[in-house]
Amino acid sequence: MEGFSALLHGFGVALSGYHLALMVIGVLLGILVGVLPGLGAPNGVSLLLPLTFTMDPVAAIILLTSIYWGALFGGSTTSILFNIPGEPSSVATTFDGYPLAKQGQATQALSYAFLSAGFGALVGVVLITALSGWVARFALKFSSPEYFAVYFLAFASFVGLGGASPFKTVTSIGIGFALAAVGMDSVSGSLRLTFGLDQFIAGMSFLVAVIGLFGLGELVMTIETGMKLEGIRARISPRAVFETLLQMPRYWVALVRSAAVGCWMGITPGGPTAASFMSYGLAKRFSRRRSNFGRGEPEGVVSPETADHAAGTSAMLPMLALGVPGSATAAVMLGGLMIWGLNPGPMLFIERPDFVWGLVASMYLGNVVAVLLVLTTVPFFAAILRVPFAIIGPIIVVVCFVGAYTVASREFDLWLVLAFGAVGYAFKKLDYPIAPLVLAMVIGDKAEDAFRQSLIMSKGSAAIFWSNPLVASLMALALLLLFWPLLGGIARAMSRRARGPAA
Amino acid sequence: MTRYASFACSVATATLAATIAVTLPTAAEAAWQPNKPIEFVVTSGPGGGTDNFARVVQAIIAKHKLTDQPIIVTNKGGGSGAEGYIYAKTVPGDPSKVIFGTNNAYLLPYVAKLAFTPADLTPVAALALDEFLLWVNGESEFKTAKDYLAAVKAKPETFKMGGSQSKDTDQTLTSLLEATAGVKFIYVPFQGGGAAATQLAGKHIDSNTNNPNENIGQWKAGQVKPLCVFSATRLPAGPKVSGDMGWGDIPTCKDAGVAIDRFQMPRTVWLPAKVPADAVAFYTDMLKKVSETPEWKEYVERTVQTGKFMAGAELKAFIADDDAKNKQVFEREGWLVK
Repeated sequence: MEGFSALLHGFGVALSGYHLALMVIGVLLGILVGVLPGLGAPNGVSLLLPLTFTMDPVAAIILLTSIYWGALFGGSTTSILFNIPGEPSSVATTFDGYPLAKQGQATQALSYAFLSAGFGALVGVVLITALSGWVARFALKFSSPEYFAVYFLAFASFVGLGGASPFKTVTSIGIGFALAAVGMDSVSGSLRLTFGLDQFIAGMSFLVAVIGLFGLGELVMTIETGMKLEGIRARISPRAVFETLLQMPRYWVALVRSAAVGCWMGITPGGPTAASFMSYGLAKRFSRRRSNFGRGEPEGVVSPETADHAAGTSAMLPMLALGVPGSATAAVMLGGLMIWGLNPGPMLFIERPDFVWGLVASMYLGNVVAVLLVLTTVPFFAAILRVPFAIIGPIIVVVCFVGAYTVASREFDLWLVLAFGAVGYAFKKLDYPIAPLVLAMVIGDKAEDAFRQSLIMSKGSAAIFWSNPLVASLMALALLLLFWPLLGGIARAMSRRARGPAA
Repeated sequence: MTRYASFACSVATATLAATIAVTLPTAAEAAWQPNKPIEFVVTSGPGGGTDNFARVVQAIIAKHKLTDQPIIVTNKGGGSGAEGYIYAKTVPGDPSKVIFGTNNAYLLPYVAKLAFTPADLTPVAALALDEFLLWVNGESEFKTAKDYLAAVKAKPETFKMGGSQSKDTDQTLTSLLEATAGVKFIYVPFQGGGAAATQLAGKHIDSNTNNPNENIGQWKAGQVKPLCVFSATRLPAGPKVSGDMGWGDIPTCKDAGVAIDRFQMPRTVWLPAKVPADAVAFYTDMLKKVSETPEWKEYVERTVQTGKFMAGAELKAFIADDDAKNKQVFEREGWLVK
């Protein structure tokens, strides 16, 4: 409970006109950065980092984290409206958010996304407040085998998802692994799959792939199916936003489950992207409206968004307490902390309580500010869909290419976007799921590194994945999820057989 | 050993080079000025050590108005930094591209088959040397480097040494340590020094060779402790960091009975090949001024690096020496490609 008195002190630090103004500016800048695909939160934060060198650390971190929140919300906006995720972690939001928008429910989809994101973020901050002392110690228990188990869990919860055939899902994951392996391998220090081309040395940017697969791929499909976005007649009114708010309690199970998944993945730290995918997978598995997933199911928007923001927020804790950045954005902020003269680590909480608790308090305020700001601007964003496809289509193409270029300022990435656009179209035509490929590209190399580090530690023995209760229970849970459909089938067959003779 | 001799020798050239560096720029400044925005190419991702280095330099230049041109910082850290150096190769003769790196500028091509050679770069200056220490867990029974290495020797391939990346500075130092002390570690490559620090704090590995900046948080909390520093002299005595220990209280590894004189990583600045000599002189002068500002001194002190400005002949001598030392290790380990 000591956290709460510290938090009150933090509010005293964060609640000033100057800090609130910084939050509003930060959130607005963040939304802008997030709406432009490619120019994601890491870029936005690093662009503004030099500006903060002269500010005091509390004001600086408030500005940067506010940009982060804004960018996370902005990223969901483009996922829903254009099927182009502005951030890796909002990929899962496209699965049902975009179909919803196409059905003319853009306002509802955006409202669902923002409200559940706000809920997730608040759960994350409450968790930070309550568990700050304990989590720092818990996270130290994590070594390579545990990391691998967490990533494996994310894959497993996705593979056994049903829907697409398991063969197609595994194929898609395999291609994703291969793409993730391109470039420098940190375990062996050698280059892999570069075919002697300089352009492949830095690996393939996941964002470039996503812009091509989703943005361009979807565009080609739209052209093929009649050259119009079906959101043209979208009714846009502040009332729709309010009505959505009243609908939210219906999804309380999804909200609570996703927040739990998000917090777990944020702290362990599997990261927001893995969290949103996993949460989507679980929602689909356990929902009564399973067949509606992928066709515009609100629960399919609520779940990944809640988990994404819960993970994004709670991931600040390992960053502050351990100096382990859970995401690219956190890595940039970590650099900032060091430039401002702070040393992230367990002692930060004791040495600079002003900074830490000021930051935590600003996370409460910043997210409230962000939700209010994005909700008031929802009608404006949704109005974009009223523009005829003949105009918006070419603009999306331009935005895709500009976005891909801004990721790393590489001309080669423009060709990659084109190639991924073709792949995305082919996947859609052949009914292969794209999401497993994306998941493998995002956490595939991390999972591989963790796996190989574990085997180096154990001198080649796979028993290391069962060597302690923590890793063993994670692995067991992952295997259970992986074979869930199979187990379900066996259980049904058994019960049928049991019932058989009686009938 | 012979390194000491060459070190003394390079100190002599240093004074010589310093005199040249001070007298030259006045003439050069009039001769060459950047006429378009300058791009700082960082050979690490955002938040990495090289990134902080470049951004601190950028902030100091902006604050003291050392140039009229705006400075843009771009991260090209793919392939352990190779991306940035290969980029430099594609813009020969362009003095508006300034590349920030470490000794990987000349060491990377040895261990990975890459499309650049050190000849594609023009050395400008080194501004600091990052130090390496031998760390063990804070609750470890070992009090000295000698005790620890004796235990490692008794049980070969049992103790785990963590470090960032593979065939990079940490693994090179581990290899040096193995050859010098006749021991054998299990080397576990992590993504960065931060991960190696938390893994040591969590007792998942037995030791690491992190830079001061990477372990300071854990040391303050008593989760890890330093055994010795791979430097010719002790680090400057500053405030106490952990308990009654400060950086200056850590013995050098040589004094602690480990026969490695010094192992340091230079923070280097480069231009592409074939740039005018005047441009090199301009940047040398500008970086020299940067290294004399209080902000730079503060940065070096805070990150516990050794501030040492090197340019011209002194830098060339340092690179040649460092290159030869490292190549020896690469050869012994069989890391050389081609």
